Amino acid sequence: MVAALQPRRSTSCRVWSAKQTDTRVMLIDALLLQLGYNATLVAIGAALLGVSAGVTGTFLFLRKRALVSDAISHATLPGVCIAFMIMVALGGDGRNLIGLLLGSALSAWIGLLCLNWLTRNTRLAEDAAIGSVLSVFFGFGVVLLTVIQTMGVGRQAGLEGFLLGSTAGMLWADAMIIAVGGGATLLLILLLRRPMTLVSFDPEHAAARGLPVARIDLAMMGLVMAVTVVGLKIVGLILIVALLIIPPVTARFWTERSDRVVLLSGLAGGISGYVGAAMSASAPNLPTGPIIVLVSFTLFALSMLLAPNRGALAAILGHLKFQRRVHLRQGLLALAQGQPIYERLTLRLLSRAGLARADGVATEFGRARAAKALRDEKRWEVVRTDQAHEAAAALYDGLRDIETVLTKDQIADIDHRIGGPQEIPA
Amino acid sequence: MSGEEFVPLSLTPLLIGIFAAVACALPGNFLVLRKQALIGDAISHVVLPGIVVAFLLTGVISAWPMMLGAAAAAIVAVVMIEAIRRLGRIEPGAAMGVVFTTMFAGGVLLLEQTDTSTVHLDVEHALYGNLESLIWLDAVGWSSLLDVQALAGLPVELGRIAATLAGAIAFIWLFWRPLKISTFDEGFACTMGIRTNALGLALVVVAAIAAVASFDAVGSIIVIAMFICPPAAARMMTNQLERQIAWSVGFAAISATLGYVLAGYGPLWLGAADAVSAAGMIATVSGIILALAAMFGPCRKRAGAPAQA
Repeated sequence: MVAALQPRRSTSCRVWSAKQTDTRVMLIDALLLQLGYNATLVAIGAALLGVSAGVTGTFLFLRKRALVSDAISHATLPGVCIAFMIMVALGGDGRNLIGLLLGSALSAWIGLLCLNWLTRNTRLAEDAAIGSVLSVFFGFGVVLLTVIQTMGVGRQAGLEGFLLGSTAGMLWADAMIIAVGGGATLLLILLLRRPMTLVSFDPEHAAARGLPVARIDLAMMGLVMAVTVVGLKIVGLILIVALLIIPPVTARFWTERSDRVVLLSGLAGGISGYVGAAMSASAPNLPTGPIIVLVSFTLFALSMLLAPNRGALAAILGHLKFQRRVHLRQGLLALAQGQPIYERLTLRLLSRAGLARADGVATEFGRARAAKALRDEKRWEVVRTDQAHEAAAALYDGLRDIETVLTKDQIADIDHRIGGPQEIPA
Repeated sequence: MSGEEFVPLSLTPLLIGIFAAVACALPGNFLVLRKQALIGDAISHVVLPGIVVAFLLTGVISAWPMMLGAAAAAIVAVVMIEAIRRLGRIEPGAAMGVVFTTMFAGGVLLLEQTDTSTVHLDVEHALYGNLESLIWLDAVGWSSLLDVQALAGLPVELGRIAATLAGAIAFIWLFWRPLKISTFDEGFACTMGIRTNALGLALVVVAAIAAVASFDAVGSIIVIAMFICPPAAARMMTNQLERQIAWSVGFAAISATLGYVLAGYGPLWLGAADAVSAAGMIATVSGIILALAAMFGPCRKRAGAPAQA
């Protein structure tokens, strides 16, 4: 029964790939919207979808409920099937996109209410509630899919497309629905952005300010649902989650401000949607949904590596810089106290800075710096034993230059207390 | 229904369904209590690329390469989730979401790029499984259960899933005390010298093995449902871990049996001609059980929570 079902999902390109032109040229054409009417529609639709998904997903991510979208998206399947069956029963075509999307929205909403009810009224944690809603709704949807298969051969064609998205033969009307849906979602977000930001950061504070937290949460989920429903046709219900999760995570690497995360996330989502749709149109067997997700992941991976401050590369560089400072400092102190240095990295750092020769003997410059380091250490010692310098002493970490913490006068005062060289014959 | 019909056509799928459901529900109990319930969801998504890569490397659809591929993919996913969580300082839920969607997308793309038209490998199969096709052709009736020759013709999936179930039972049996202690009070478990990290990883590995073995026979949708629904329903029935596990095993077995029967014969009773997806029906039944438990279970409320907010 299932074996008989072998839909081709990746036909989005077949129409244009009759002439086997160079793939690269095709990609450029696609990016410049030169690949034909249908590809252009898909690319614009996917870009709009990406923007609204990225923006919506940001609030979900900041609220730490990213995986709720997974439950919502899987819960759309029964609705799609029931809407199809009702439309067929009423003598319609059954593939009317608006009808199917309404059905999917309805069942996603029911799934969302079940999820909220389970987490609020039972002892189940949110993750268990997500998993149960997801699997049960999806399982029921699969049952309905097999029912539809037995209703009449050939007529169900297209419903499987909702699993993984199918942009083949997308009509102008369909693209318009997606564009309008994406635009309406963005508008709603614009209206709700302040309360949603407040609730995502600090629900208790929001509640204390008199905001209806539960209802704002529900509105947030409603927006997620809207994005999911709009995205069903392009990326499918299994992968739409990626568009809601990956762009916000990507954007989070670049900034610490929530409004910028929202904008960057929308940008990342839009780029992924647009480039992904164009790439999928440029060569055969490149299904739209997965390509969009993979483009999105590429942006994420690049951000994770390269972003300043939060990126992996920045973290590694920061660690190396810190390591060098610690080794230099310890090396200087060792030089000042006449202790031999065996540690290779310290030796290398000292000699590279011109503070010591390769055999570990200090240069003139090195001796001066070493004496300064030792003196600073002594100064810190005084600072840390003096209650009057309590605030400054708290900043001591063994690396900080004392000049950045105390004024010249204070240092002079400390030096006065330390006094000159002692027990040295004149 | 007579034995001549039941044994060859329904006995083996039914047994495989029950074994798979119980094998997933057992580790599921601990995953739900540890708030790691969605690991099952993640695993069931990431095994797809593993299976496709295994197929590309070997060129055949056979059990062992696929199991190895799936297991490798599960490990890659766990490593990636940890890496993203630590390197990027991302909350675990979002890290999981990034990894499993990406790997699933990669699997779908690979599948579309390769010519799998000659073999039975597609996304739908991975999702729904093919429980109905696991029939025992050599059987002629109940007497076949004693017939060595007929027993040799049992579907291989049955043996695999039975072994997996035995493995899951053995794991929980052997590590019962440390598992129980570390699930409820990780700090206390640490002070007792239990290696909680290793134990947590072992639990995930057992879950992954159960998922991959069941996945092969019954599809990912049952796997996710069985990891979560029976333990969650059992959680509403009792406050004791021993009883919770007993309840969850019962619920899993009932879901599998009732789901299979309803899928196979339900439509016939309603006058329709064809059966519906057994995997989907099993998940649905488990959901109904969970709904009933959530509404009427004796321990459904949080301990100490106000009666009505």
